[in-house]
Amino acid sequence: MSHSSNGPGSRQPSLDPGHSPASRIRNFCIIAHIDHGKSTLADRMLGITGVLSERQARAQYLDRMDIERERGITIKSQAVRLPWTGLDGQPYVLNMIDTPGHVDFTYEVSRSLAACEGAVLLVDAAQGIEAQTLANLYLAMENDLTIVPVLNKIDLPAAQPDKYAAEVAGIVGCEVDEVLRVSAKTGQGVPEVLHRIIQQVPAPTGVAQAPARALIFDSVYDAYRGVVTYVRVVDGTLTQRQRILMMSTKATHELLEVGVISPEPVPVPSLGVGEVGYLITGVKDVRQSRVGDTITLASAAATTALTGYKDPKPMVFAGLYPLDGSDFPLLREALDKLQLNDAALVYEPETSAALGFGYRCGFLGLLHLEIVRERLEREFNLDLISTAPNVVYRVQVEDGREFIVTNPSEFPTGKVAQIHEPVIRATVLSPSEYIGAIMELCQSRRGTLGGMDYLSPERVEIRYTLPLAEIVYDFFDQLKSKTRGFASLDYEIDGEQQADLVKVDILLHGEPVDAFSAIVHKEKAYAYGVQLATRLRELIPRQQFEVPIQAAIGSRVIARETVRAMRKDVLAKCYGGDITRKRKLLEKQKEGKKRMKMVGRVEVPQEAFIAALSATRPAADSSKGEK
Amino acid sequence: MPGQLPLGEPAPPDGRVPQGLSQAAALRPLSAYVHIPFCASRCGYCDFTTYTPAELGEHGAHQPYVQALLQEMLLARRVVPDTPPLQSVFVGGGTPTLLPVAQLGRILEHLRQTFGLAADAEVTTEANPETLTPAYLEALLQAGFTRISLGMQSAAPHVLAVLQRQHTPGQAVRAAQMARQAGFAHVNLDLIYGSPGESDTDWQRSLEQTVGAGVDHLSAYSLIVEPGTRLAAQIRRGELAAPTPDVLADRYEQAEKFLSANGFLWYEVSNWAREDSPGAQCRHNLAYWRGDNWWGFGTGAHSHLGQAPSAGQPSALRWWNVRHPRDYAARLAAGHSPAAGRELLGPGEISTEHLMLGLRLASGLPVPPGRDSTAARWAGEGLVEPAGLAEGRLVLTVRGRLLADALVRDLLDEPS
Repeated sequence: MSHSSNGPGSRQPSLDPGHSPASRIRNFCIIAHIDHGKSTLADRMLGITGVLSERQARAQYLDRMDIERERGITIKSQAVRLPWTGLDGQPYVLNMIDTPGHVDFTYEVSRSLAACEGAVLLVDAAQGIEAQTLANLYLAMENDLTIVPVLNKIDLPAAQPDKYAAEVAGIVGCEVDEVLRVSAKTGQGVPEVLHRIIQQVPAPTGVAQAPARALIFDSVYDAYRGVVTYVRVVDGTLTQRQRILMMSTKATHELLEVGVISPEPVPVPSLGVGEVGYLITGVKDVRQSRVGDTITLASAAATTALTGYKDPKPMVFAGLYPLDGSDFPLLREALDKLQLNDAALVYEPETSAALGFGYRCGFLGLLHLEIVRERLEREFNLDLISTAPNVVYRVQVEDGREFIVTNPSEFPTGKVAQIHEPVIRATVLSPSEYIGAIMELCQSRRGTLGGMDYLSPERVEIRYTLPLAEIVYDFFDQLKSKTRGFASLDYEIDGEQQADLVKVDILLHGEPVDAFSAIVHKEKAYAYGVQLATRLRELIPRQQFEVPIQAAIGSRVIARETVRAMRKDVLAKCYGGDITRKRKLLEKQKEGKKRMKMVGRVEVPQEAFIAALSATRPAADSSKGEK
Repeated sequence: MPGQLPLGEPAPPDGRVPQGLSQAAALRPLSAYVHIPFCASRCGYCDFTTYTPAELGEHGAHQPYVQALLQEMLLARRVVPDTPPLQSVFVGGGTPTLLPVAQLGRILEHLRQTFGLAADAEVTTEANPETLTPAYLEALLQAGFTRISLGMQSAAPHVLAVLQRQHTPGQAVRAAQMARQAGFAHVNLDLIYGSPGESDTDWQRSLEQTVGAGVDHLSAYSLIVEPGTRLAAQIRRGELAAPTPDVLADRYEQAEKFLSANGFLWYEVSNWAREDSPGAQCRHNLAYWRGDNWWGFGTGAHSHLGQAPSAGQPSALRWWNVRHPRDYAARLAAGHSPAAGRELLGPGEISTEHLMLGLRLASGLPVPPGRDSTAARWAGEGLVEPAGLAEGRLVLTVRGRLLADALVRDLLDEPS
């Protein structure tokens, strides 16, 4: 690709940050499913705008990760400033703002969207739109963003651009020929996307003379620089050395540095209306610089904050325990470090009779849990065991007191009047042939059908309201397996509902095992009890005495299994040549005994806990109980 | 002798032992074990140190092996110059009676000359039921043997077939009777229970025939599937079913019930002796269980020398010989010890062995210090005899015997 030195699309003397007229600024994000080519398109845009050389731009995402590793710093481009000359011959600044692509981070996505006036909807021309993309698209439309629809990968043999252009046009509400067709890989059509952004996406509006207000849309901890906060200036100007005020926490900080990313951080004196950039205040913890919060000046504070700020609220809880009890301090240290970069992660120490010392952690959702757990294991070299995840219940007892239950073992023992559980609004996109299977799955998880729309004759959008508890375990896996991997899922929290829930306890030789207690729907309690009791019977070695395994609701036993007493544990022969071998065996067994957890008098190998916890589904599908 | 040798430290080439142990040997009873590593064929369940003629080739020659045994006896005498005369001798295998009887006589004679033999010493040889003759038995008696131990395993032909034993069920019983008639007061039959395909009735018949053979001693072992044996491979391939612990427990209870009703008393977990036959209990095996001194001669044999009980810090030494007859003979021919490895036992190991061996005996284990509450709990759970406990000893009930290893582990735990 070549550009003339001063024609449209060429590089221009760039507009200075802090002095760019808002009319020349376009702020946009890219909404895409994972692997639909967002990174490639972003890299291509960096290349043709000259921010990166073409050769650098071809260096893919993984290479960037290598750079990150080498430098030991995070250079994730949360927002990149791209200079571009419009078809009108004028220089423009395009700020490309990254959006997290994960279902649990809807709030973070919404803040990124709030920093933009437009969004590129990027859809794989061979696959069509996916549920998460659709959900983010709706979010963008609710935020009044201008949508620039783009089909990617048109160079692929399997691409069906006409079919998916029609689908996208139907969803966005535009003409089919307004859907741009590009190949981010070859660069075909990419300049047209930039031109279209300039033409269609509105310029930012804001009052330069008003007290400064800037929206925090991301906040990242960097080991060398402390927290780097990404902002979009709405009104006024942020200038280096000023004292700023965080409107939700009322904390004030000095602006040590403000700048833009292009693609490396470049310090600038100030950021004006409509500008996107970063700031550094020296704080060490992202909770002091929260996504969604409004920044103003301490000396001339705005009176009203930008709307839409929410405290991150953990929805899913699980106990995390180190496999090796002596790793407990290491786990605490690791969580402390992770929290620097994760304002949504909450945790407090808890003790389990079965698992020892650990932490009860709160997460935005399942995916957040998985990410945190994986980072703890990979980055901090911890071997962890996690209890079955559960949601937050609001339990009212008959005397009127109310309890917030984040751990089944804290479930009140008195007479329960009412229990409320969180519910979600789920959107499933799937080929229409799987409608039956999806409805069956959602129905078995206490779902209520909210509606169904055909995106095209072969593709359908199904909306369900489901209890969050019913999807925290294996709903997504089940959905994938029942639809041969074709269905995609998105959900968002949608209030709470009253439900007929009970706490099921598992007792071993009469002793409750806290790690196995679960809050389940009354109709599923029996299936859960039977499943876990059966599993434990297989996992717990025979003891010198009979060990009953009971599942109980309160004092009512709903399932019972028995580990029969071990009757023979003796070697037949112990003569001269056997003694050394036998003594060594006993010494080894004695060591093995130390790794046993004692539940009352019952010795349970830790592996049994792990196996039982990893194989149980508190929200088990009662109609198709696993054997 | 079990197949695998333990891992230990290397033994010195001259076989020397710490001086304290050598001196203490003068004060402790001494027994001798002699291993004959030859078998006509290998049984499917066996992982002992034994070789068939096909496996050994020229090294299977008996004469040089016996010669090497005699050399080890001389070496032993140099290591422990001063001992009481042997209280017991046990010739095992393998199949000792594959040797001409004169060779067994020569072995015993050499032991007598080297170490002395107590006047009332118990001298046992294992014997093969299918080759035993009255003349052979007569010659054993003449040589000084006092006890015969025969492998019967089962009265059921299909069980013997699974075990790949060469004899027929009747042969062991007839051999035992022959030994009694020849004048052996003490005859043992070995049985194995829990083999694939064995029924309760098969086992009952085995017990009845054993008692009917007129023996005064019986050993009954649950089948152990040792890794690396043909039996293990058959079970792995699903051709045979492994015995379950519950079936093994049933069989054991069945044995105890039948034998106690027929004049036999248990004196060790797997051993019963006739109540009315003085000296029926195998003194040689009791020597192992009581921690006496013994010297094991021959391939793969283990030896044990303990410190005099009066010594301040108890210590003991155990070592084991190389497994192959060729290596064994070569080392002795070069004037070296045939020991492959050894271990020095400290107070901890000695105490563990004391618990694990003592708890298996009908004479019982004195309640260890600080374990009164454990003992009381066991009595309450029917694991030890209340009568024994009243005398301060842990004497296992049938149920306790079946759980003896688990109970030893309980004793090894710190008292709570």
